Amino acid sequence: MTDAKAEILSRIRAALGSEEDSAGTAGAVPREYRSAGEHAPGSAAVLALLIDRLEDYKAHVHRTAPAEIPALLARLIAERSAERQEVGSSNYRSPDVLPTTPEAGGRRSVVVPSGLEPGWLSGLAGVDVRTDSRDAPLSAAELDETDAVVTAARVAVAETGTIVLDGEPDQGRRAISLVPDVHVCVVRTDQVVQTVPEAVRLLGTDPGRPLTWISGPSATSDIELERVEGVHGPRTLHVVLVS
Amino acid sequence: MSTFLGMPSARTGRGPSPSAAPDTLAGVGRPEDPLHWGASFPDAAKAALDNDQLRRNLGKATSTIRTKRARVVDEVPDWEALRDTGSAVKTDVMARLPELLEELERNVTARGGVVHWARDAAEANRIVASLVREKETDEVVKVKSMATQEIGLNEALAEEGIAAVETDLAELIVQLADDMPSHILVPAIHRNRTEIRDIFLERMADAPPDLTDVPRELAMAARAHLRRKFLSAKVAISGANFAVADTGTLAVVESEGNGRMCLTLPETLITVMGIEKLVPTFDDLEVFLQLLPRSSTGERMNPYTSMWTGVTPGDGPQEFHLVLLDNGRTKVLADEAGRSALNCIRCSACLNVCPVYERVGGHAYGSVYPGPIGAILTPQLTGEQSDLPYASTLCGACYEVCPVKIDIPSILVELRAREVSLTAGSSGDTADRVWSAAMKAASFAMADGARFRRAARVPRLLRAISRNGVIKRLPFPGSLWTRSRDLMEPPKQTFRDWWAGREEQR
Repeated sequence: MTDAKAEILSRIRAALGSEEDSAGTAGAVPREYRSAGEHAPGSAAVLALLIDRLEDYKAHVHRTAPAEIPALLARLIAERSAERQEVGSSNYRSPDVLPTTPEAGGRRSVVVPSGLEPGWLSGLAGVDVRTDSRDAPLSAAELDETDAVVTAARVAVAETGTIVLDGEPDQGRRAISLVPDVHVCVVRTDQVVQTVPEAVRLLGTDPGRPLTWISGPSATSDIELERVEGVHGPRTLHVVLVS
Repeated sequence: MSTFLGMPSARTGRGPSPSAAPDTLAGVGRPEDPLHWGASFPDAAKAALDNDQLRRNLGKATSTIRTKRARVVDEVPDWEALRDTGSAVKTDVMARLPELLEELERNVTARGGVVHWARDAAEANRIVASLVREKETDEVVKVKSMATQEIGLNEALAEEGIAAVETDLAELIVQLADDMPSHILVPAIHRNRTEIRDIFLERMADAPPDLTDVPRELAMAARAHLRRKFLSAKVAISGANFAVADTGTLAVVESEGNGRMCLTLPETLITVMGIEKLVPTFDDLEVFLQLLPRSSTGERMNPYTSMWTGVTPGDGPQEFHLVLLDNGRTKVLADEAGRSALNCIRCSACLNVCPVYERVGGHAYGSVYPGPIGAILTPQLTGEQSDLPYASTLCGACYEVCPVKIDIPSILVELRAREVSLTAGSSGDTADRVWSAAMKAASFAMADGARFRRAARVPRLLRAISRNGVIKRLPFPGSLWTRSRDLMEPPKQTFRDWWAGREEQR
């Protein structure tokens, strides 16, 4: 034990005196709050709530059937470059320091985690699809030159409009859903729970996985508390709800 | 417990005063001690009240965030139950702190992290500096962190030739302006959009020359400025919102994605965390992840929350160091009456509802922890005498909104009582001697009916010096009171006289 550790622990014990409770008082902690919502995971009420909350925080929500996923993904990835052009001309004031991206109308690129359902990508003709994994990762610079990312999710929370990624092969390394400017996240409706406690207990079965909770696109309210969507993380978040 | 609700005696200043200068970009400078800088609270508050721009900025910002918070808290049917649990979990943590810290250390270590212990700011800064030096880099990226503000880490690293780049937008503004944060959550709340544009134009080399003051454009300028730094940084430094003892999981709650950039892209991550940030179990996060965002930014959930447990091979930093910081926290823990200040999760809801904070701003408190929580936490952390417990009207709004139910007003009163009993007549200070003499005189007069009757006639004399019903300045020693307030003209009649007259008329 280092000197510092020993001293800090002894200061704490002295501070607590006889009150130190090594037996634990966990039993004394009241837990009267809701451990689950009144609606079942994936129910219509829960989905409606999730959609409302996601849209309130400027995420784009798309409902689709499994068979329609490839066409929808193709459309969302294509849409992207039009938006980029618009953003590039009106909001970026110093294009010289921007990440280099393909010219508008050029070949678009998307990064996908190695475990993503391969069938989902079948509509992406003409798109440069880059596969990333822990064993064969793209560099930060390569990700920065990639337009979009498609991932699955582990769980979604309706009340807060949150999706959670846990780094499994269909969701990938944390960096891939961060650096590209568009994140398309595919969520199965049966993954949608109503409350935060339901999600935490699900995630608690593998708490050691790297977790990213995402509620809308990145945002800041640092200037006069006026909310600006899209700072360092993806500026566009598409949530594809599949049932 | 005796209760003293007035203003403290005047004390000598604490070095150079933060000058209220609305027409200059220059901030207040970086103080030697982030917990104790600037003028005394009464003097700093007086200066701040003269700054109209500051008051407008603060009034607008705090009223906006109060409304947002109230709306999203009202949505939650079990809010009070969550507060009860949050409070009880934190109290439990403090009672079991040694075993929980060791449990955290075991779990972080088992997952490939390295745990360091720091008794004070200097030790924490030394540990971080030497870890950065080992990586042979002279620039690190930082996630907004109160703990590293508290220990003055950026300044300590600068002395070692290491540039620490703040990546949170507001912290970047504060850093560029050579300023101090004035709010726990929104450190640049004292700046408006025009001031921020001017700071960027003057101090951010790659700011577009035609930058306007539209918030979106300012945020995009910061994005462009920081992008390369994120992509090339070797070392990142963060704080932590929560650490889970039973899994070794750390959590950082943020909005912009700068946190994710720092926590994900560099090879090495160093996290500095106060020893009170623990929760016992992973499931406890379900409580705090509901309490914190709604109390803090007034959002149902903040845009991004990152959780990591040691090192994940192939994903994120492959070297992780956790620095556990005491720096006065054990002093707070030793104070049974004030201990619950350690339960604070740094949401800053108490700042936004405080009538004193709203008018004087964060800099008047002379500490990185301003507002009601700062008024109790700062003097407890430093163990120094302080006038901060008087920076409150005791209206109780801070307690009403606190997500972990810290009874700030009661602790303020307790700290005031201690301050008075500590200083009454004991120092050579004129004001203290006058205070002590006045208290003795008051107790002499009030102990006897006849004496009290005679003393009650005195205020009538004061009517002679009032103008338009207000007394601006009393002669010494009363000048100590009127220095910072006007006195209303006393009534023509005392209550006793009025009562006696009423009885006679019957």
